[in-house]
Amino acid sequence: MSLYLSQFLHAWAYASILYLLALGLSLTFGVGRVLNLAHGGFYMLGGYAGYSILRSLDNFWLAVLLAPFVAMAVALVAERLVMRRFYGHGMEMHQILLTFGLAFVISDGIREVWGARILTVQAPELLRGTADLGLFTFPRYRLFVIVVGIVVAVGLWALINYTDAGVKIRAAAADGEIAETLGVHTRRVLAMTFVAGVGLAAFGGVVAAPMQALAQGVDFQMLIMALIVVVIAGLGKLETVYWAALLVALVEIFGRLFVPRAAIFLVFTLMALVLAFRPTGLFTPRSA
Amino acid sequence: MKLRKLAAVGLSAALLLTACGGEDDGAAPAGEPEGTAEGEGGEAAEATGDPLRVGVVIMTSGVYAQLGEDIIDGMELYLGTVGNQAGDRPIELLIEDETADTGTALERTRRLVEAEEVDILTGLISTGSAYAVADFVEQSQIPFVVSNAGGDDLARGERSEFIVRTSFSNWQNNYAVGEWYYDNVGETVALIASDYAAGQEHMRGFRESFEAAGGQVVDEVYTPLGSTDFSSAIGRLGASGADGVYGFLAGTDGLIFVQEYDQSGLKEDLPLVASGFMVEEDVLAEIGEAALGVRSGLHWAYDLDNPENQEFVQMWEEEYGRAPSVYSVQGWDTARVIVEAVEALGGDVSDGAAAVDAMLQVEFDSPRGPFRIDPETHNVVHHVYLREVVDMDGEVHNTMLEDLGEFADPGA
Repeated sequence: MSLYLSQFLHAWAYASILYLLALGLSLTFGVGRVLNLAHGGFYMLGGYAGYSILRSLDNFWLAVLLAPFVAMAVALVAERLVMRRFYGHGMEMHQILLTFGLAFVISDGIREVWGARILTVQAPELLRGTADLGLFTFPRYRLFVIVVGIVVAVGLWALINYTDAGVKIRAAAADGEIAETLGVHTRRVLAMTFVAGVGLAAFGGVVAAPMQALAQGVDFQMLIMALIVVVIAGLGKLETVYWAALLVALVEIFGRLFVPRAAIFLVFTLMALVLAFRPTGLFTPRSA
Repeated sequence: MKLRKLAAVGLSAALLLTACGGEDDGAAPAGEPEGTAEGEGGEAAEATGDPLRVGVVIMTSGVYAQLGEDIIDGMELYLGTVGNQAGDRPIELLIEDETADTGTALERTRRLVEAEEVDILTGLISTGSAYAVADFVEQSQIPFVVSNAGGDDLARGERSEFIVRTSFSNWQNNYAVGEWYYDNVGETVALIASDYAAGQEHMRGFRESFEAAGGQVVDEVYTPLGSTDFSSAIGRLGASGADGVYGFLAGTDGLIFVQEYDQSGLKEDLPLVASGFMVEEDVLAEIGEAALGVRSGLHWAYDLDNPENQEFVQMWEEEYGRAPSVYSVQGWDTARVIVEAVEALGGDVSDGAAAVDAMLQVEFDSPRGPFRIDPETHNVVHHVYLREVVDMDGEVHNTMLEDLGEFADPGA
């Protein structure tokens, strides 16, 4: 029993990271129909930037706070220079190629700056070691990650539903052209969400760093998982991303427990089933 | 659905990018001959013959990029000591990225032979690419010195007259540890390994001697290569009721696993014994204190007590400012085998079979201890050491606990 409970918590922590990553993807897709394939790269950049900030400032919290801005700065430059020329209908292929190329640029850039060596980030003193939960002990840092996921989810829900910016985002997502005529500067909203999404991914990257290692290849690996989450949640839907991330994480973690070799296959099967029977997303009403 | 288009575009873009990627790392000359150098190369004056072109197919990108870098640095370090020449010919290294794709590895090997007309080939990190390249090497009759890929079949079913291996066979290093584990850790074990050919071969080698000694494997977990989370696997190991854990996970897999294993608090009750790559020097500094106490078997240890190793470690750290790894040693030994064989032939390597024969004769004291190549299997014969991760003046390194003796792959 305690094995299953602790695995459940592990899955939850993993889901929180997936959530942060998938959120930005879904946000950008929802608002501008832009599929940002460089998202995994920004996630990885967040982790590496966090590593360097931690090394020089010796403060984990500052690293978590500042690392997303490094990635956002890169995203802003990319958006200004190239991305914005390719918004809109009929440009999907251009965007996909562009962001895919950007993913490679980021990956090579990281290799150039930090080298090919595998790096790790230490959790802050406070969150090291395990906590005794009665039935079993569990790594403290992972409990922290679960809390971070919940805080972001609640915060985003409040932002979307109760703020002016949230209204604009929803308007731009619902119908860009009509929103435009109503005075919403869709392109600006899009640029904003693109950069904000990157910030979330980079935040995920630096939060995940003490759980994972920083190494070449993590970017595409995590991108694929995030894409699966987005597909299961329903393309562009924000409210359901959290549950989709949790579901994917549970399938993967428990899959690995019972049938290690088929765990990834199970995740893809889940996605295929959702695509076949509920193409608008697993948690959305059929009519939506 | 968009996804199909996306996949197609993604794939073609990836192909395009990998195709372009290879162009810029073509020729990388090993530098000018440096005149005289100490040791065996003492008489090395100006090399005047045609350059000896050595093609190196090795991973310089991807998850195992660091391994490739260490091997190349190790080769260059050795070549520096002999004035970058052998048999009166200056040595040129032509480096190509092996990549994770076996097809690419084969294509680049081909290019080195057909377009660059190299005299000798070396490299290969992955067992998969070694198997893929074997046939071509046989046809082209260019000697190939494998400097990492440990696939057992290279000394067995896929054995080639023109392939010599200076690194290890997967069986060799793990077979050595099985009996030690039974005598020193316990009668039952839970195994964990990456789910690919090398992982399975490592476990098979261990099982063979462990079960022969009377031990029992109570559970085994195979995880996908490139995993980022091992909590499920660790959950299973913890529930297995074994006396200890034995495993093989390399690169990031090993790093993340050892850290998570430490965090799980299992280490006290369930000691971790590993195939040495899991806690080798290339990842050890990053794993840090989480690795303390992990014991492993490998053909080299940081503080291995022989003069060749002490000199090697010192020279390496002065040159590169970081600790060497077993891969550095493999690079060093590979370069030495090539240089000494070419010397023995007076610089004439036009006959591939003769060059291989000369390599089989090479014997010397390596940083890993006595080094020779089995003329039957063409695989290195070396000692395997049982090591433990300890704190050495504030840095974590592998210290040698016990010399398990000399091991050669049985070849069948």
